[in-house]
Amino acid sequence: MYPFNYHKPSSVDEAVSLFLDAEDPAYLSGGMTLIPTMKQRLAMPTDLVDLSGVQAMRGIERQDQKLVLGAFTRHAEVARSEVVAQAIPALAHLAGLIGDNQVRYRGTIGGSVANSDPAADYPAAVVALGAEVVTNKRTISSADYFQDLFETALEPGEMIVRIELPIPRRAAYRKFPNPASRYAVVGVMVAQFDNGVQVGVTGAGPCAFRASTLEAALAADLRPEALAGVDIPDAGFNADLHASAEYRAHLVGVMARRAVADLLAS
Amino acid sequence: MEITVTVNGRSHRLDVSPNTLLVDILREQLRLTGTHVGCDTSQCGACTVHLNGDAVKSCTVLAGQADGASVVTIEGIGAVDDLHPMQAAFREHHALQCGFCTPGMIMAAIDLVEKSDHLDDAAVREGLEGNICRCTGYHNIVNAVLSVAEAKA
Amino acid sequence: MSATGIGAPVRRREDGRFITGAGQYTDDLHVEGQVYAVFLRSPYARARITDIDASHALSGEGVLAVLTGDDMRADGIGDIPCGWLVKQKDGSDMVSAPHPPLAHTFVNYVGEPYALVVAKTQDAARHAAERVHTDFEELQPVIDLATATDSVEIHEGVRHNLAYDWELGDRTATEQALADAAHVVRLDLVNNRLIPNAMEPRAAIGRYDAATGEHTLYTTSQNPHLARLILSAFVGIAPEHKLRVVAPDVGGGFGSKIFVYAEEAAVLWAARRLRCPVKWTAERAESFLADAHGRDHLTHVELGLNEHGRFVALKVQTSANLGAYLSTFASSVPTYLYGTLLAGQYKTPNIYVEVHGVYTNTAPVDAYRGAGRPEATYVVERVVEVAAREIGKDPADLRRMNMIQPGDFPYETPVALTYDTGDYEKSLDRALELIDYAGFSARRIEARQRGCLRGIGMSCYIEACGLAPSQLAIQLGAGVGLYESGEVRMNPTGNVTVFTGTHSHGQGHETTFAQVVSDRLGVPFEDVEVVHGDTGRVEFGLGTYGSRSLAVGGSALVKASDKVIAKARIIAAHMMDVGADDVTFDGGVFSVRDSNRSMTIQEVAFAAYVPSNYPLDLEPGLSEKAFYDPENFTYPAGTHIAEVEIDADTGVVRVVDFVAVDDFGHVINPLIVEGQVHGGVAQGLGQALLEHGRYDDYGQLLTGSYMDYCMPRADDVPQFRVDTTTTPCTHNPLGVKGCGEAGAIGSPAAIMNAVTDALGVRDLTMPATSEKVWRAIRGAKGGIR
Repeated sequence: MYPFNYHKPSSVDEAVSLFLDAEDPAYLSGGMTLIPTMKQRLAMPTDLVDLSGVQAMRGIERQDQKLVLGAFTRHAEVARSEVVAQAIPALAHLAGLIGDNQVRYRGTIGGSVANSDPAADYPAAVVALGAEVVTNKRTISSADYFQDLFETALEPGEMIVRIELPIPRRAAYRKFPNPASRYAVVGVMVAQFDNGVQVGVTGAGPCAFRASTLEAALAADLRPEALAGVDIPDAGFNADLHASAEYRAHLVGVMARRAVADLLAS
Repeated sequence: MEITVTVNGRSHRLDVSPNTLLVDILREQLRLTGTHVGCDTSQCGACTVHLNGDAVKSCTVLAGQADGASVVTIEGIGAVDDLHPMQAAFREHHALQCGFCTPGMIMAAIDLVEKSDHLDDAAVREGLEGNICRCTGYHNIVNAVLSVAEAKA
Repeated sequence: MSATGIGAPVRRREDGRFITGAGQYTDDLHVEGQVYAVFLRSPYARARITDIDASHALSGEGVLAVLTGDDMRADGIGDIPCGWLVKQKDGSDMVSAPHPPLAHTFVNYVGEPYALVVAKTQDAARHAAERVHTDFEELQPVIDLATATDSVEIHEGVRHNLAYDWELGDRTATEQALADAAHVVRLDLVNNRLIPNAMEPRAAIGRYDAATGEHTLYTTSQNPHLARLILSAFVGIAPEHKLRVVAPDVGGGFGSKIFVYAEEAAVLWAARRLRCPVKWTAERAESFLADAHGRDHLTHVELGLNEHGRFVALKVQTSANLGAYLSTFASSVPTYLYGTLLAGQYKTPNIYVEVHGVYTNTAPVDAYRGAGRPEATYVVERVVEVAAREIGKDPADLRRMNMIQPGDFPYETPVALTYDTGDYEKSLDRALELIDYAGFSARRIEARQRGCLRGIGMSCYIEACGLAPSQLAIQLGAGVGLYESGEVRMNPTGNVTVFTGTHSHGQGHETTFAQVVSDRLGVPFEDVEVVHGDTGRVEFGLGTYGSRSLAVGGSALVKASDKVIAKARIIAAHMMDVGADDVTFDGGVFSVRDSNRSMTIQEVAFAAYVPSNYPLDLEPGLSEKAFYDPENFTYPAGTHIAEVEIDADTGVVRVVDFVAVDDFGHVINPLIVEGQVHGGVAQGLGQALLEHGRYDDYGQLLTGSYMDYCMPRADDVPQFRVDTTTTPCTHNPLGVKGCGEAGAIGSPAAIMNAVTDALGVRDLTMPATSEKVWRAIRGAKGGIR
C-alpha cells in the first residue's frame, strides 16, 4: 500500500472539510473494497478520511413509512436489526447475503452505495424501494443516483450521510452469487407498494436499475407466472468469466420469479 | 501515528504508519504469528481475528481503524493445556490438516457459534463462507463447529 | 488394538501447536537482520528483455540491490533442471528447454521472475520494484494447447513446441482390436487446468554465513533434501555439505511445493551477495501466476467392446500442456504417471497411449494432487460410462464384468504395471449399497418434482503410489531413486526420536509415524518423537508426494525399528545370560523363553548407552538407520459414487451425496485417512464443478485471484460418506497402500458422470459451471429426463 495521511473526523462538516483540503483524498467507510484496492496498488489516495467516528452517520430508525439508515451502518447491523426486520425484512435478508460474516461486520451501506459496484447487493434495494440518498448537501432520488459503472450522482467531496428507504407492503430479494467472489452475478429485489410493484436489479448491468418490463408484467399480475414470457434484453449487460450477458438476462428472469414467490409467501 | 490497541488483554501503544494493516501489527510488531495471511483480496479468512468482539479479516483493517480497539487473536483464546472449546473440538474432530487456515477458521467459528441461535449443517457452511480451507474438504470442520454449537444449546 | 496403536484414531499431536497459533510456517520465522525481496515478473507471455533500468529503484530509501537474470548468470548460477528424462517414441531424449531461475534474455510466461529487488523493508522493496523500468520487445505468444504444435517456436530449436512425443503399449494390436470391435466409443475430453492453491503461499528465506560458508534455506517445501540436491548439484548455489534446507511447518502443498522454484535459488544467492538474510513471501497473486499448475490435457479416446460388452481395446491420444518450461517432475506426470494407469480396474487386453508434451507460454504445469492418475481415471471412467449408456448396460454391471478379479493377481497390465492385490468388486458393491443405488430412480423422480435434475455417477479408480522401485524408475528416466530413509534412535532414557525423509505438509506424520514406531518397539506413543523437514537433522530423504510417505517412509521406519530390536535382542540376551535365539520380543519386552526373566527395551537402551554389562564385540548405542526401496508400486483402488442435483432454471449443480469406498490396505490412523479422502474429494469436486485456470489469448491469467478462481468453500461441498475395504499390500511390511490422492483421483469422473447423467448429455467439459449446464439444458430441448 502506498503511504497516505489518515484522518478521523467526528462530524460530517469536519470530514468534508478534511476531504476538500486534501490533494487526492478518499472517504474510508468499512473499507471492504477500498482497502483491498489500495493493497493491490490500484488506488493511491493521498489522504483517507475515516468516517467511523462520525456519530451522525450511525443508527437505524423507523420514521413513519421510511426506514432511515445512517450511512455508516454496517451490514451485520442491518441483517440483525429488529427494526429492519419489522420494517423491511427483505432488506435484512439482503444485508445478510453480502460478502461473508467477516465482511458484514465491517462493510457499510453508505460505502456500498457510494462505491456503486455493479455487483453489489444494496443498490438493488435502493432502486427497488425508491430510496433517497441524503448527502451532506442534498437529497438524491435513487432514479438519479446510479449513473454508470462505478459512477453515481455524487460530486467530488460529497458524502452520503444517510439513506432513507420507503417501507413497502412486501418485498423480497434473490441473489445469484458469483461462485468465486460471492458478489451478485445477478440480484433482484421485488417490492410491492400500495401504488405498484418495483423491481430493482443489480449485477446485470453497469449499475443497478429498475426493470420496467418486469414491473409492468407484475403490475398486472403479481405472480411468478406473470413473468414467464417477459423478454429481458441483454444489451449493455455485463459479461465475464462467470456469466455471459445472455445468461445474466436469463438469471434476472429466474431471480425475479423466485423473488416474487418469496414475496407472496412472506 | 501513534495508536493504542489492546491485544489479548494487553494494551500496546504503538508507533505505526497509517498504511499499516492490523495483521502486520500483529505479526510483525507483536510477533503474534498465529494469524496468517493467505490471500490479498480479503477472501480467504486466514487472518480472521476478533475486533471489539466481531470476527474480522485483519488484512483489511488499517492501523487507524484499530486505534482504541480490543483485539483477540488465536493466541488469546486458550492455551495447549487450557483449550477453548472450539480449539478442543477442532482437535477432537480432526478439523485441520496443514493448520494454516485453522487459526482464522477457529476465530470465525467462535464468532459464528456465539452469535447464532441455531446452527445446523447448512448454517455452519454458510457461516464459514469467508474462510477457505484447501485440506479438509470442510467435513470435519463443520462437525467440530456443530459439536460446539450443540454443547452450547 | 491399543488406544494409540496401529488402527487407532489417535488425535493428532501436531494439532496442539496449530490450534493455538504456535505453528511455525516459513513466513512466521524471523531471522535476525533479515531483509526483503520482491520479484519482478514478466507482464508478457512472451517477450525479449531489451533493457532493465534500475537506477531509479536503487535510489530509493532502504533499497539494497536490484539483481537480474544476467547478474545471476554472470555469477555462474545454473538452470533449474527437470528431474525426469522421458524418452520419445524414436528413442531420443525429450527436448528440455533451458530454464534459468531468473529469466535473462526471454520471458516466456506472465509472472516469470526476471529480477529481484532487495530492501530493508517489504514496503521499500515493493516501491522500488515499481520503479525498475524494463523494456520488453513483445513476441507472439503460444497459448492455445490445441494449436500449439502448429504455432511459432517458443524456444529456439524446440520444433513444434514439442517436449516429447511419447507412447506406451502396442499400437498395432490395439488398432487391430478396435477395427474388429463390435462397438467403439469415441470421446474427446478436456482435463481442465487447475491452480493448486495451498493456503500457505510459498515463502523462502536465504541465509549465508560468510565465516563458515554455510548456506541455509528456509522454505515451503514438501521435500527439502531434494531441494538441496537440485540446488547444489544442478543450480550450483552451494555444495551440498554447505547447504542446509529447512522446511518448517508447511501449509499444504498438493504437489505444488515439491518443485524447486526460482525464488528459492534467488534468495540464497542474494543472501550470499548481500551478506544478510533475504526473505521472500509470495502474495496470493504471485501464487496464482508462478506456482506450478496442474492437469491441462486434451484427449481423444477410443474404447472397443465386443458383442458381450467386454473391453477389447483402448486407444488414448493426449496433448499435455507443460507450460513454458519443464518443472521438476513435469515430464513424468502425463507419461509414467498417466499412461501406465489407463488399464484402470479392467482386463482390457490391448491398450495404446501416445502423449504429446507441449510447451506453451503459460505457467509451468507439474504434479498436482493425483498427478496423472486423475487424468487417467477421468479418461477411463468417462469413456466406460459413455459406453454403458451407448450399449444400454447398467454402468455398474459393465464395470463389474470387465473388472480384474481377486484370483487374477498379480495382474500384469498392457501398460507396464503389475497390480499386486485388490478386490474391486467389493468396493463397488459396498459403494452401491451405501448410496442405495437401487433407490436412485425414486430419488430422481422426487427431485424432478422440485424442479431439479438428479443424476448419479460412479468412478472405479485405481492409482499407483509410492513410485518404485528405484532401479526401474531410474531406467524410465527418473533423476533420483525413490526409496526413503528412516532412523530410529532410542535415547538412553528409553524414549525414541524418529527421523524420516518424508515431510508432512498436513498429513499428520508426527502422529501416524509415532503410532507405527510405538507399535513396533512397544514403547508408549508419547515417548516417540518424529523429526522431519530439515536436512541438518535428517540424513536423507525424498519427501512427501505421490501418497508415498507411509508406504515407503513408514516402511523404512519399520525396517529401522526391526534393526533396533535385533541389536537390542543381542544386548538383552547378553544381559540375561542366554543366547539371542532364546529371547523373544513382544510389547517392548525381551523375555527368556520358558522362564520369568525379562527386561524392557528401555532398560536395554540404557544399557546400550551405559555399557557395563555388555557384549564386547558390539558397538554401544541403540540407533539404527534404514533405506527402504519398495519392490513395486502400491495400488490403492476403490469406487466413488456421486449424486448431483441440477437447478433446471439456473444450471447450478450441487453434489447432494457422495460415497467413497477405498481400499488403502491396512489403515494406521482411520481419522487421518478419512480426512485425506474428504480433502481429496473436495479438490476433485472443485475440478469437476468450480475450478479452471484460464488465460486469455495474450497469455494473461484471467483467474488470478479468489475473485475469479473458484475455490470450493464450505457451502459448495456436502457431507461425505466414506468407508474402506482392505486387501493388504503384499510387498511392504505394513501392508499399506497410501491414501493422499485417492479422493482427487476418483471424484471428478464420478461427479461428471452424474452431471451428464442428470442432463442426458454425452459429455460436458469440466468445470460444469452453471452457465455451461444451463446451455446444455437449453440445447437439449426436452431431451432432459
